[in-house]
Amino acid sequence: MPDVSLPDPHWADLPLGFALLVLALWLTWTQRDRAAVIGFSGYGLLVAIAWVRLGSMDVALTEAALGGGLMGLLLLTAAARLGEETDQPAPGLPARLSIALLCLGVTLVLAAVVLGLPSPAPNLVAPVASHQAVTELGNPVAAVLIAFRAVDTMLESVVLALAVIVLWSFGADRAWGARPRALHLGPPSPALVFLGRLLPPAGLIVGVHLFWTGADHPGGPFQGGAVLAAMAALLWLARLGEPPRVSDGLTRLGIVVGPLLFLLIGLAGAVIADAFLDYPEALTKPLILLIEAAKTLSVAVALALLVAGPPELPGPMPPRQSGRAAKGVTP
Amino acid sequence: MNEAQLYGVCGAGLVGIGLYGAILGRSTLRRLLAFNLVGSGVFLIFGAIARRGGLAGGAQSDPVPQALVITGLVVAFAATALAVALLIRLATVAHEAASAAATPGSTDDPSTPATASQGRGERGPGHVGAGHS
Repeated sequence: MPDVSLPDPHWADLPLGFALLVLALWLTWTQRDRAAVIGFSGYGLLVAIAWVRLGSMDVALTEAALGGGLMGLLLLTAAARLGEETDQPAPGLPARLSIALLCLGVTLVLAAVVLGLPSPAPNLVAPVASHQAVTELGNPVAAVLIAFRAVDTMLESVVLALAVIVLWSFGADRAWGARPRALHLGPPSPALVFLGRLLPPAGLIVGVHLFWTGADHPGGPFQGGAVLAAMAALLWLARLGEPPRVSDGLTRLGIVVGPLLFLLIGLAGAVIADAFLDYPEALTKPLILLIEAAKTLSVAVALALLVAGPPELPGPMPPRQSGRAAKGVTP
Repeated sequence: MNEAQLYGVCGAGLVGIGLYGAILGRSTLRRLLAFNLVGSGVFLIFGAIARRGGLAGGAQSDPVPQALVITGLVVAFAATALAVALLIRLATVAHEAASAAATPGSTDDPSTPATASQGRGERGPGHVGAGHS
């Protein structure tokens, strides 16, 4: 039986919640885009701690790897490319005030709803726990992801593959077949190259471990895949490797193998088991392991490619929008 | 106030702040960032509900909302990556169009002779099919 109350006392909650709100306010009102983006990475890590306090280790790991790590890298490269743009003047005080009041109203209604939730709270803990043994998984979240709500997870892995296709289509026509170059931000510093050599071996082990341990403990394909993707992005950022060309067949196979295997096993379930996405009883655990392994690979490839950006021709960085964007500033 | 209520109210506050930033952000990148704050707040409220349900059911947190939030986080990341690529593309196209209008004689890109026609052609529907062949 899990321990109902957390051993940690509640003294951390109030400062943490306060810090989240203050950081969000600062992110909205600070002057420089780059500072806001760096603050957002820190915000992602703080939210991950909040998820720990809410008892959701699996979500905390995902938030830390995605929200704190990959998202920070993605937005930092975007800030570096876009420069400090100010596209339009702020509207007058009455407009801003009325919008602020509207947002305050949304917050107050949501807060009232949260504080007025029915008690005892409806939940699906018991149904999951009673059927969890069939999947031979010790982690209830993994059981929900791969078995009880498998349709969601399958659609979600398809969405990732589609996102990469859409991202690639954003490239210029003449750049088709080239490599993604969003992470080409000038010559890397020696410290970054050193980190790029030091971290990936450890990250590889952590990523695969997160996938493997996800069966019985917090972790799983998404968390493991996100760590693996971060390692690939680090290698590309340090220029120790290049993102694959968008025409590379092996890369495309890596993107689709997860959703494809999931779909094929799901369809086979309609024949050899009772329903679509149902697993035959004797093969449940091996099939789940197979799907999760393929999904880890596909998630890692797709997330890394999403950070790497659309294909671009080699050349100077795209020009910045701000006035000081000089044509001579080339990496 | 227990931690579920506290983080739920915190999530409500984040939704409000993010909404303000998404409407009145200083730049498109900042509005995208604020939109992610809204998403984060919604997830936190969901997490607070999962915590209440979990405690009522004898666990740390309800596993079903947790699974939904995990898929939601990944999809939110994918959407942000697409938005970032669109912003960069928009800036590139805008700059090409601006430089073509400012200096019609010079060419930014040596691969195409006429910059002015290229700035339009890239977005034109007729050019897309020819570009891939």
